[in-house]
Amino acid sequence: MPADSRVKIPPLPWRTALGLAGAAAAALVVHLLISGNEPPAETHAFTVFTTILLGLVLLGLVSQFFWSGLRLRLRETGPIIAAAFVLMVLWEIITTGIRLLPLPYFPSPARVIQSMIDDRIMIWDSTWHSLILLIGGYALGVCAGVVSGVCIGWFSPVRYWGMPVLKVVGPIPATAWIPLALVVSPSAVISATCLIALAVWFPVTMLTASGISNTRVSYLDVARTLGAKPGFLIFRVAIPAAMPNIFIGLFMGLGSAFLTLVVAETVGVKSGLGWYLSWAREWAEYGKVYAALVIMAVFFSSIMSLLFKVRDRVLVWQKGVIKW
Amino acid sequence: MVTSSVEGSSVSVRNVSQHFLSPEQVQFCALDTVSLSAKAGEFISFVGPSGCGKSTLLRLIAGLASPSSGEVLVGDEKISGPSAERGLVFQDPNLFPWLSVRQNIQSGLIARGVLASKKHEVDEFIQLVGLESFANAYPHHLSGGMAQRVALARALINHPKVLLLDEPLGALDAFTRMRMQDEVLRIWQGRGTTMLLVTHDIDEAIYMSDSIVLMSPRPGRIERIIPVNIPRPRDRASPEFLRLRGEILELLHFAGH
Repeated sequence: MPADSRVKIPPLPWRTALGLAGAAAAALVVHLLISGNEPPAETHAFTVFTTILLGLVLLGLVSQFFWSGLRLRLRETGPIIAAAFVLMVLWEIITTGIRLLPLPYFPSPARVIQSMIDDRIMIWDSTWHSLILLIGGYALGVCAGVVSGVCIGWFSPVRYWGMPVLKVVGPIPATAWIPLALVVSPSAVISATCLIALAVWFPVTMLTASGISNTRVSYLDVARTLGAKPGFLIFRVAIPAAMPNIFIGLFMGLGSAFLTLVVAETVGVKSGLGWYLSWAREWAEYGKVYAALVIMAVFFSSIMSLLFKVRDRVLVWQKGVIKW
Repeated sequence: MVTSSVEGSSVSVRNVSQHFLSPEQVQFCALDTVSLSAKAGEFISFVGPSGCGKSTLLRLIAGLASPSSGEVLVGDEKISGPSAERGLVFQDPNLFPWLSVRQNIQSGLIARGVLASKKHEVDEFIQLVGLESFANAYPHHLSGGMAQRVALARALINHPKVLLLDEPLGALDAFTRMRMQDEVLRIWQGRGTTMLLVTHDIDEAIYMSDSIVLMSPRPGRIERIIPVNIPRPRDRASPEFLRLRGEILELLHFAGH
């Protein structure tokens, strides 16, 4: 693509730039002013952290003059990043500054950062274990859900026998099976994987089945007059037509997978972020509890946005048709 | 280019009746002992008020439904289900929205499992309907006329012996519609496909067909078959065209007196 055909990105509004720099600077200044309330060993990491943040912001504000891609991003996300800094400042003022909230339940951001650094190996290890468990359970649940959903949606005998089972068993929260799963399964990891799979299976099956059975009859009629056999009708008409629905199921399934993962790790599997969280709580190390929450937020939302990316690729034909 | 040999096949409908059960469990008769025959390569239009069973008749010939009694033959063969030999184009183009124009057009080849050997024909049919620059567009980017052209190419790529057109131009504006009529005629003359067209538009029926089947509703019956003996290309304003138009309107009780 020739350079001159690209859309010119207008400059960053000075309010956005000023707000961003101001918020980052405020985070550092406020921290330096009130960190004297705590022992320096506990706040040092946060001083470094806020300094790096301010440095990154300033670097970004300078380089956006030459880097139009970054400018575009900053135009969109600048205000929200600034708001995040402001929240962090408020958090620090409420905790370290005026001690409004009871300790140890509401630690300062400095303490949370310090816990993250102290426990980095354990947190990394827990995240890794959670990821493996999540991927295993989610993949199993999606495969089973799509297959059973297609069968229920397409074949009416399967619908007759399968739908009642789905309707009765499906709504039971997967976590309610934990007492049974602990007894039946030989290992905690296997039972947790199966529980996550079960949690994913229900919404995926339900949405896939409804998508398949609501395939427009005229698409199927057209395909038949083009010489389509049943394989073509299922795999090249019904499943693509159901794809928007299937993705709704995948998103719902991912949500319940997160929930089931955390609970299963807490009660059965002795590893992962869920386990780390409850372990930190038992020792009343609330800095670590919050550290785990922050990591979970980053971890789960990254996976969620990965799924959004996949959806955008698969449903590219819908662009401009449906927004959700 | 596309070859000009006759691809069409004769169609005969013998004593076909079709009964439906309404949601209130009342039986009604959509078609009552309808018989008709079309020669290979003939262009026949079906005209009549709604409820006269013309779309039902087309679905029966397509094989998407089977008649309560009677039979439909294509060539010498009694039909028992849908087949790539009988293409169908609806008023709604019904393009697969998840496929690009090119993929939609080649879906007939995939459905028959012959994509590998006939892939070269895809470009030919994209050209035939003049959509070279939209080959990679998705259906929601297309105008009504373009979408209907894709639907036409998708049906034609299988070289059907009979093309069933269920008001394919009904939703288009007047100008696009007239252009598409010429396009369909060009394809028909080039390929010799037997064409059966359901339409509400009497001008369209006269302009395009060799003969017009007038149908009447409740129960659906053939009222009369009117041959159109006007030489082609036809002029919509010629006296003979207007005379035939008046005749048909009178038969349908729409004459202005």
